[in-house]
Amino acid sequence: MVTETVLELHGLSKTFGATRALADVDFDVRAGEVHGLVGRNGSGKSTLIKVLSGYHVPDPGGRLIIGGDTVPLPVTGRAAAEHGLVFVHQDLGLVGAYSILENIRLNSWSSKGFERIHWKAERASVEEELSRFGLVANPDTPIDSLSQVDRAIVAIVRAMHHLGVSGDGTGDASGKVLVLDEPTAYLPTDSVERLFDAVRAVAATGAGVVFVSHRTDEVLNITDRITVLRDGKLVDTVVTADTDEDALVALILGRALDSFYPDPVQTPPGERVLTVEGLTGALVKDLDLTVDRGEIVGLTGLMGAGHDEIPYYIFGARDAVAGHVNVNGDDLPIAKSTPTDAIAAGVALLPADRLNLSGSAAASVEDNVALPVLKKYFARGRLQLAVVRDRVGGLMTDFDVRPAVPSLEFSALSGGNQQKALLAKWLQMEPSLLLLHEPTQGVDVGSKADIFLRITDSAEAGTAVVIASAEHEDLANLCTRVLVFDSGRVVGELKGSELSEERILELCYRGGREAGITAASTDNAAQRTFRWRPHRVGYGD
Amino acid sequence: MSMTTSVEEQKKAQRAGVTARRVQAYAILVAWAVLILIFTLLLPDTFLTVQNFTAIANSKTATVLLTLGLVFALAAGEFDLSIGASLSLGAAVPAWLYSAHGIPVVVGVGIALAAAVLFGLLNGMLSVRYSIPSLIVTLGTGTALLGVVAGLVGNSTISVKGDWWNDFVSHKTFGLYTSFWFVLLVAFIVWYVLQHTPVGRHLYFVGQGREVARLAGIRVNSYRYSSLVLSATMGALAGAILLGNTGAVQARVGQAFILAAFAAAFLGSTAIVPGRFNAWGTVVAVYFIETGITGLQLLGFQAWVSDVFYGTALVVGVLVATLATRLRSRLSARSTSEERK
Repeated sequence: MVTETVLELHGLSKTFGATRALADVDFDVRAGEVHGLVGRNGSGKSTLIKVLSGYHVPDPGGRLIIGGDTVPLPVTGRAAAEHGLVFVHQDLGLVGAYSILENIRLNSWSSKGFERIHWKAERASVEEELSRFGLVANPDTPIDSLSQVDRAIVAIVRAMHHLGVSGDGTGDASGKVLVLDEPTAYLPTDSVERLFDAVRAVAATGAGVVFVSHRTDEVLNITDRITVLRDGKLVDTVVTADTDEDALVALILGRALDSFYPDPVQTPPGERVLTVEGLTGALVKDLDLTVDRGEIVGLTGLMGAGHDEIPYYIFGARDAVAGHVNVNGDDLPIAKSTPTDAIAAGVALLPADRLNLSGSAAASVEDNVALPVLKKYFARGRLQLAVVRDRVGGLMTDFDVRPAVPSLEFSALSGGNQQKALLAKWLQMEPSLLLLHEPTQGVDVGSKADIFLRITDSAEAGTAVVIASAEHEDLANLCTRVLVFDSGRVVGELKGSELSEERILELCYRGGREAGITAASTDNAAQRTFRWRPHRVGYGD
Repeated sequence: MSMTTSVEEQKKAQRAGVTARRVQAYAILVAWAVLILIFTLLLPDTFLTVQNFTAIANSKTATVLLTLGLVFALAAGEFDLSIGASLSLGAAVPAWLYSAHGIPVVVGVGIALAAAVLFGLLNGMLSVRYSIPSLIVTLGTGTALLGVVAGLVGNSTISVKGDWWNDFVSHKTFGLYTSFWFVLLVAFIVWYVLQHTPVGRHLYFVGQGREVARLAGIRVNSYRYSSLVLSATMGALAGAILLGNTGAVQARVGQAFILAAFAAAFLGSTAIVPGRFNAWGTVVAVYFIETGITGLQLLGFQAWVSDVFYGTALVVGVLVATLATRLRSRLSARSTSEERK
């Protein structure tokens, strides 16, 4: 194999405000190589990919070399196309109602402008390209009727087409780079191998492949070398054949915690608040869960593990497939529950998507905060707007939202202040069950500490709290118990001295396979269903 | 960046935003005054007269009522293009029932309103339960309803001479029709509901942040249904008023009103409560446009001028709203992208 380097990054840094998302990272990909890029949430791997795709402007000083040519940063779409740098993102970017042929050709028909499209020739050439990557399908098939792995392969074929490899394989893709960003996150495990065959076929053409993934087993399976990032820094680049899962997980993990967490909640076990039995949803399978007064229970797992949909089901924001939910002795109709019912039962939900689900960007802070309790302020024939303003102003001061100006447009607040205002929105109702999804995502460190304190305070006051999050460090420090999910099932429950970030991560990355805990039966993994959520929330890093 | 500067910056920005909003809220009143001044100078004898102004006020009561109904739909995020058909239903059906069957107009109006409620429910069912965009639904149902009405009553102009409805609706108190006072009362109620009740606030959230509203426990679907029923019913009532004002109508009379209502609603959303479809903004917008058209017609322009004016008003209204929002966000929004990772 030629070991020519096709892509090199030198001294790449990226700063967001006070945070260094990438610090002086070097990275290189060789021709014909599949190069894994791994790291935890916030490690900087997404930032690195987004710098490559031109989405982020890196700090000055970094250098990018593709195929021997220095490419100016930030990368423009034009430069990426010229140098043969192509991305397949997790959402694949295919139009479901259109055919394979139309999706692959999109803007690369052999006819130009108003010339007639040579359907027969195009069809034959696409069919040829598909079969080279292990997909036998009629090019007229709409994307919607393909399985997930086939869609992923179509996306890869299209990317290869852009790299200049034509159907007969004569094209030369050497010196070109294909970036696969979390391509397997939603694939059923038994079909991943087919995707890997396609990826190997890509590498065989001489292109370099960057393979970004959360799953260490897959990275070890498909890659030649692996680069590990942690806290924005390059930890190491290792040869896959010389490493194993233990060593890789050790590289991904481990750092000193600067503790800004409140003291752990010390409440005597209270009465039962939430009982969930047999909850089955899109990803989560047959979940039993109980939460008591004053408990903080964390739900976590890797992307696609299903932990993050549970709050929405309990709240009635999405319809679950089956199961029973009981809050304070009231049964909620799980398949047809509505948020209205849940709120009446004393449940509050703070979704992760601040500007689409949690708050309305264009409305004022006071309108947002007062929304669930507006009826309380209707007196003497009209809404008492002055009272609303007063009350919201008080809450904002109380929750340290800055500036504490209730009439301000919601979008004018910073992320941390938005989140504090939204927490106030729900805590003013004194819920007996508080459901949180990524409560500190995109929140600055100061606000984060405030939010944590609010959460523990309300737990000490007797609220049962459920946090779905991928921030393992936060969960380990806040929660009384943490349930770790894989493929929709609980693979472990950690509490007391067992509850640590390392243990959570270990369970996340290795599931029940070796951890010796309530093992998820292997067939469950194969049954993992795909759920298409193009506007998925909750995983920015 | 230190926290204090950021607070001061934000407070300053917020003040600038408030000022911009206030200027925008009353800009249309200033423009209206300027328009009146210009026409008064050009037409010293005919324009600034009591007769002319009562004529303007009396001629647009149906449009105001129709647009106030549309405001509910738009506030809830629904586009109701079928309001023209609803208006035809409320105008032509009672007229036909009277002239062909001798049924008193007021009974016919009752029947038409009941039909409009059902029609609104149909629109609601198609757009809420089956998630078809209301724009498409109402384009289809509106055209179909207009066809049904035309098929029922024929294409000729139907008069209701001899019924008391006409005299009642067009009875003048202080020179203004009963319908004007009625519509004023409706505007007051709409203002009250939208501005001063939780229902109104909920409705705005249903339109602006549907998921936010749903997750706050608001029964979003009920609001969407109600808004479409209201716009259909108020449209039919506007038709009944039009019948009472003119004494004779054609089946397709509603078509011409669709654009007028949308123009007024969008122009109105830039005024009084900028950024929201609101009652008084709507009333002002209708009369602002009518003042312009009347003035131009008095100057000798032909009827085509109203098409030009309404079309322009719609686009300019939306343009002003868009530019103002952009300006406001530039003034008051501090980029939060830096903090989002």
